[in-house]
Amino acid sequence: MDIDIKEKSSKTTKRTIVDIENLEKYFTTKDGRFQALSDINLHIVEGEFVSIIGGSGCGKSTLLRIIGGLEREYEGNVQIDGQKVTAPSREKGFIFQDHRLLPWMTVKENIRFSLEKSKKNDDFWIQKYIDLVGLSGFENALPKELSGGMAQRVAIARALANQPKILLLDEPFGALDAITKIHLQDQLLEIYEKEPITMILVTHDIDEAIYLGKRVVVMTPRPGKIKRIKSIDIGKPRRRTGPEFTRMKDELYKDFFSEVEIPFSYTI
Amino acid sequence: MMNKKTKGIKYWAIYFALPILLLIIWEWADIAGVIKPYTMPSPMGVVNVVVEYVENGLLFESIWVSFIRVLEGFFLALIAAFVLGMGVSLFEWMDIFTDLVVQILRPIPPIAWIPLAILWFGIGESSKVFIIFLGAFFPIFINIVDGVKNIEPRYLELAEVYEIPKWKRIQQIIIPGALPSIMTGIRLGIGNAWVCVVAAEMIGATKGVGYMLSNGRSLSRPDIVILGMLIVGIVGKLMDDLLRFIRKKVITWI
Repeated sequence: MDIDIKEKSSKTTKRTIVDIENLEKYFTTKDGRFQALSDINLHIVEGEFVSIIGGSGCGKSTLLRIIGGLEREYEGNVQIDGQKVTAPSREKGFIFQDHRLLPWMTVKENIRFSLEKSKKNDDFWIQKYIDLVGLSGFENALPKELSGGMAQRVAIARALANQPKILLLDEPFGALDAITKIHLQDQLLEIYEKEPITMILVTHDIDEAIYLGKRVVVMTPRPGKIKRIKSIDIGKPRRRTGPEFTRMKDELYKDFFSEVEIPFSYTI
Repeated sequence: MMNKKTKGIKYWAIYFALPILLLIIWEWADIAGVIKPYTMPSPMGVVNVVVEYVENGLLFESIWVSFIRVLEGFFLALIAAFVLGMGVSLFEWMDIFTDLVVQILRPIPPIAWIPLAILWFGIGESSKVFIIFLGAFFPIFINIVDGVKNIEPRYLELAEVYEIPKWKRIQQIIIPGALPSIMTGIRLGIGNAWVCVVAAEMIGATKGVGYMLSNGRSLSRPDIVILGMLIVGIVGKLMDDLLRFIRKKVITWI
């Protein structure tokens, strides 16, 4: 294929880090085998922020779990940095919808727990990431003492402290209230500016997908397929309002709702 | 609902109302001549026997002897249940391998082992410790297995993402995750151990609370029997309180 092109481009700035080719995924249940993902092809360049959006059951989380190595049975080719994905690892940071902090460990210990041996005793390192997500002063708090948004920030700090090549976010703000969600989205963008690692965000929130992603992958269910991939240009700094944002949003709405079903807010 | 944190006079009044009522009925029954001194002592009779047993030192000696036996049997059971419980819950083949034997042994009450224990170990310390061991083992074992098997798989998934080695997973996820259940097992186990020491001592012992009970019967001294029963009840309650306190101190994250 175009390996030559890829290698040439790696010498410049844009190198693909995620390569997904002809990915198919089947699940076997009591009722038989059904297809969760069909013919997925996706290439993501280093430092890119990609949102994957779709309704429930479209396989978007399954796709992310395959990239993260959490689902190991699939057909096709999934590579990170040129290597086939066979297992989860620190270099593929994964943020779950639940914060997944160990309840018996403090914020600091939760981060320490995740680190590789050489960094485990580096308190400055741990502190750096606690500061990065703005949680200085909560080092010794237990997860039960944190709000949902704070706990999710610790989860982000924990993932980043491991210096992943890519960060996979599986509906990370789905369980939070609207205000907290907006704060965390902004904070994630800030972090992304500071540490521009590749991020893949799975969401069912159209606003979130547009606001955060440089590209939006639209998926449709039964079986999970990529309907289209849309580049987002809403200018910089990113805004949640304004004509570009609204136009992008309208376009994405059309992917999910047929003309008759267009929501009321759209017809205004 | 009454607020449990601020226990006012009202709380304590209700708390102690029933025991005081029972004492009054008991005293009344004695004065009215309903109970006969050779079958049931008066409340004052029990106070007198407490004084008697404190003076001759038998009260604390009995409690101490039984308590040490319980601790011996309990700690042996804890170690055995922990090792076996971890093995069974972490390795499926061990679970299958031991399942039938465990299922058959479990319903046999420790008291049913007394004849065999005496044949095997005589009437010395070992037979009693053995009975206590059996009594404490199963509740601890079953709760450890239950605790480990019910650890949320999402935490193990997290451990995979961060490439946590197997030993660290046991240490930092499985043991703390199962700890609430393990603590429940310990509480049930020590409660059972205390029941078993009394039963074991009622048959072939020369010291301890259980011996006190059977001795009271031989001497036709119901006051000694009642005192023995009260000791079993009160010490049992205090041990349970202590374990609940320890649980609260150890498991701070829930």
